[in-house]
Amino acid sequence: MKKTTKVLAAAASVMALSLTAASAEKLTIGLASEPTSLDPHFHNLGPNNAMSRHIFDRLINQDELQRLMPGLAVSWEPIDDLTWEFKLREGVTFHDGTPFNADDVVCTVERAPDVPNSPASFGTYLKGKTAVKIDDYTVHFITEEPYPLMGNDISTVPIISDETGCGASTEDFNAGTAAVGTGPFKFVSYTPGASILVERNDDYWGDAPVWSEVEFRPLTSGPTRVAALLAGDVDMIAGVPTTDIGTLEGNSDIQLSQGVSNRVIYLHMDQFRENSPFVTAKDGSEIKNPLMDVRVRKAISMAINRDAIVDRVMEGVAIPAGQLLPEGFFGVSDKLDVVAYDPDGAKALLEEAGYGDGFAMTIHGPNDRYINDARIAEAVAQMLTRIGIQTAVETMPRSVYFGRASRGSPDGLPEFSFILVGWGAGSGEASSPLKSLIHTHNADAGFGASNRGRHSDPEVDAVIEEALRTVDDAKRQDLLAQATEMAMENVAIIPTHFQVNTWAAKKGLKYNARTDEYTLAIGVVKE
Amino acid sequence: MTDVTTEAPAAVAPVRVETPFQRFASEFFESKIATLALFTLIAIIVLAVLAPWITPQNPYDLAQVDVMDGRLPPGEEAFAGYTMWLGSDGAGRDLFSAILYGLRISLSVGVTSGIIALAIGMAVGLLAAYTGGRTEAVIMRVVDLQLSFPATLVALMLVAILGKGIENIILALVVAQWAYYARTVRGTALVERRKEYVEAAACLGLSNMRIIFRHILPNCLAPLIVVGTVQTASAISLEATLSFLGVGLPQTEPSLGVLIANGFEYMLSGRYWISVFPGLALLFTVVSINLVGDQLRDVLNPRLKK
Amino acid sequence: MTVFIIRRLMQAVLVVFLMSVIVFFGVNVIGNPVDMLVSPDADQADIQATIERLGLDRPILEQYWLFMKGALQGDLGNSFIFGEPALKLILQHMPATMELALTSLVLAVLFGIPLGLFAGLYPENPISKGIMATSILGFSLPTFWVGLMLIILFAVELGLLPSTGRGDLGTFLGMQSSLFTLDGLSHLFLPALNLALLNISLVIRLTRAGVREAMGQDYVKFARAKGLSTNRIIFVHVMKNILIPVVTVLGLEFGSLIAFSVVTETIFAWPGMGKLLIDAILQLDRPVVVAYLMIIVLFFVVINLVVDILYSVLDPRVRLQDHGQ
Repeated sequence: MKKTTKVLAAAASVMALSLTAASAEKLTIGLASEPTSLDPHFHNLGPNNAMSRHIFDRLINQDELQRLMPGLAVSWEPIDDLTWEFKLREGVTFHDGTPFNADDVVCTVERAPDVPNSPASFGTYLKGKTAVKIDDYTVHFITEEPYPLMGNDISTVPIISDETGCGASTEDFNAGTAAVGTGPFKFVSYTPGASILVERNDDYWGDAPVWSEVEFRPLTSGPTRVAALLAGDVDMIAGVPTTDIGTLEGNSDIQLSQGVSNRVIYLHMDQFRENSPFVTAKDGSEIKNPLMDVRVRKAISMAINRDAIVDRVMEGVAIPAGQLLPEGFFGVSDKLDVVAYDPDGAKALLEEAGYGDGFAMTIHGPNDRYINDARIAEAVAQMLTRIGIQTAVETMPRSVYFGRASRGSPDGLPEFSFILVGWGAGSGEASSPLKSLIHTHNADAGFGASNRGRHSDPEVDAVIEEALRTVDDAKRQDLLAQATEMAMENVAIIPTHFQVNTWAAKKGLKYNARTDEYTLAIGVVKE
Repeated sequence: MTDVTTEAPAAVAPVRVETPFQRFASEFFESKIATLALFTLIAIIVLAVLAPWITPQNPYDLAQVDVMDGRLPPGEEAFAGYTMWLGSDGAGRDLFSAILYGLRISLSVGVTSGIIALAIGMAVGLLAAYTGGRTEAVIMRVVDLQLSFPATLVALMLVAILGKGIENIILALVVAQWAYYARTVRGTALVERRKEYVEAAACLGLSNMRIIFRHILPNCLAPLIVVGTVQTASAISLEATLSFLGVGLPQTEPSLGVLIANGFEYMLSGRYWISVFPGLALLFTVVSINLVGDQLRDVLNPRLKK
Repeated sequence: MTVFIIRRLMQAVLVVFLMSVIVFFGVNVIGNPVDMLVSPDADQADIQATIERLGLDRPILEQYWLFMKGALQGDLGNSFIFGEPALKLILQHMPATMELALTSLVLAVLFGIPLGLFAGLYPENPISKGIMATSILGFSLPTFWVGLMLIILFAVELGLLPSTGRGDLGTFLGMQSSLFTLDGLSHLFLPALNLALLNISLVIRLTRAGVREAMGQDYVKFARAKGLSTNRIIFVHVMKNILIPVVTVLGLEFGSLIAFSVVTETIFAWPGMGKLLIDAILQLDRPVVVAYLMIIVLFFVVINLVVDILYSVLDPRVRLQDHGQ
């Protein structure tokens, strides 16, 4: 099998790049994490969403930079404060030959939020929205309040078929009988833990894929993944470990693709407890929570040498962060710079806040969630220890970590005092982190769901809420930027860096890196 | 086991009349490999014990570890001025210092958990073999239950409930290992118990205790030492594996196992020293423990005596 | 004999029940999987809805009661992560692990017994010393380290064997396995060797110890005095003596090979149930963890039963009994 791919690849390079629909070429991709299901609505999770993009389409697509592009809808616009009109693409058929129309959209919107046993449902994006069929190719989405993020939300939901998909169970999708979409690839086979095989949809409405067949293989251990690529068992891998980037760069048989992601790694600080459980005086006695003091937070931010983290821990593959999303994203402020490394200034600020002798605390973080997460926590602890904040490090598997970080204390509140976390903005714009991380925790309104430091500032709350009501793009951009500036001024959280993702492929292949970290076969091109 | 080995060199002095201990020592030193292994092991233990006084860096003091020193190749000079003869790891720890400190932890974890597990397993195994009946049935079902419980799950649960820490890892390793000893002791003791000499001893009216400790136990010793050395060695490896799975010892106070697990990520990166040196340290330690254990078994086993 | 087996099987049921209790409550103590499962975009109401959908809002005793009710009807619950029945998932992954464990057991016996026999019969021979020294390497290095080394050496550097995965499956007597195709076997070799290394060393050492012990025993001396051929002494009398510890340990190891193939399966991306288990543990997929361990315990009890029966066959001095008679 290995040999045939090699022969085919060699033949292909001889034939040059005549990408006719008849060319038969197989691509094998090593994935860093495995999708948990082929039911596109079962689990709203990165690997699942990436996989479902092969078989299913969305009304609106997100391109490599998460900009919205027409998908199964050719246009979408608000026709009044509470109604968005979607015009659907005509002449599209599902893999089983049935035509795509408004019925499929309506039934998708009904099924997606309500899949039995779903551990993470699409209800997050669909609640408060009703889909109404106007004619076969027009659908209205009706909301209860003005809702500017309609396009972003709808771009996450895969459209399934009214005939085969909407009545089907998750098991039917995994077995393949219901895995019938309009996407660029058709389902062939699914062996959990081993492989997912798809073949080209020759009737695809968009650009036909180069690859006649694509096999996805989950290779969850980093070094193993790299070894599989080097051994020629796979053509491309996702999630290249930062430690191996150096050697792969020097390998003439390998081609790397890199792109910044929408994920910021940041520190969250307990700003709601008078006595924080993991902050003490250096002798272990209880002290008043110093993290309530904005000067202390600022000092911590100044004590962190972000260039050192990027250069030494991330091996140069990350971007120092001064706000919630990297530049180029919607809602980013152009006035914010990365906080400069200034240990002396930090010490002076601590002195001014009355903590000249420092204090002791523990940084908690996951050790299997973000790129090099445990090492980043350790580097941060080293840096804080140098300005007199004696910092211990405790890292744990994400299964233990997130539960405790969100609600681990006896009264159901966040357990830790000082934590390392990451946030990927799935919507690709700044309202996502602002709403969840910065806004005051408010369960009824659904704000601050991941505000584990419980930072609370009514002024910034007001700006965020206004932005979420503002349909005008330019105005909303300004409001989001303004909210970000206010949050950074008050050091609500301390961003350290933006993750950069790396893909590696054998020579002659190139991956168009995506900010949403997805690995898509359509993004693999030949050079 | 450690007691015996550390006292052994004292017995080299030439004495005419041999005490049993001297006879044991002279038999032990007949094998050159075992002698070499014993001295390697002693050297490793001495180095580990003296680590705080002979290393240039305290790798557990975050104020002394600088991420800017990270991944330096062997022989480079650290920011603080000393030379890192074995290079540094990703966090900027001097590998020479880190390995010695890590040895301290790994050895104490491996040996402590081994001794506790051995004691528990031996007691339980003998009890089962000697009493038989209902007691045996219950004990052996508990052993079955225990053996089917993956160590990783035990460790993960303990970490979740108690938090990371050396005691919890030792606890997890004891829980993971005692059943092996119990099962081995019972298997051998079952056979021994029915041999003529035991039946003879019982006929003579010797007490159960005496029969167990004077007759059955010495004969279980050979397989126990085989299992014991293998288990101590694998306890050290298992600790590394737990670290590899993310539930081992704390990142900032790395044991040898944590260093190796960290080095795993660097195996393809061309920075060989981060994975090779801790690996070699582990290899030397475990191999010498086993060689010493092998020789001990040969010397101690009454039936192999010439 | 029959009474003995029935009694042991009844005990097994009790053990499986106890296991389910321990694991069910144990996994529950570790934490709530929901915070890790939900999408980061989910708000508090979504999180609450998910908790209710998975039934995690009920009191733990009620959850256990529901689980038990299902279990008695053969339903061990649906995986939180995969949404499929836990039992189905495990059975789906079982063949891959079985063929891996069996192959490595065969490798252990194939390499271990002859080498151990040689080392035991000629203890002073330099080759024997070499065998013993090398066998120590087998359990000195952590499995994950050796596994990746094997991949680097045989797949990346030499290009002889595939690096990861299970390869093509063949069908024989209605069973699907990679044992039945050449491609499958080539995929199987490295992970099986990786898993077997520890056991090869173990078997070598046990065999050698047994041989050396037996050779000094009266019955062997007697047999020798009677003029029996060396071959007959070794293969009939000595073998019997060494097989007891070897069978015990291998019996134990077969179970642990299955239970602990976690690391090898992770390194070699082998789609077995060890990998399923570690993923389930890391994601707190309680139904899968509980079902997996219940099955493993059952499996283990059966293996132990077989080992005990083999004991009595190999050594008539051991009588089958678990009750004072």
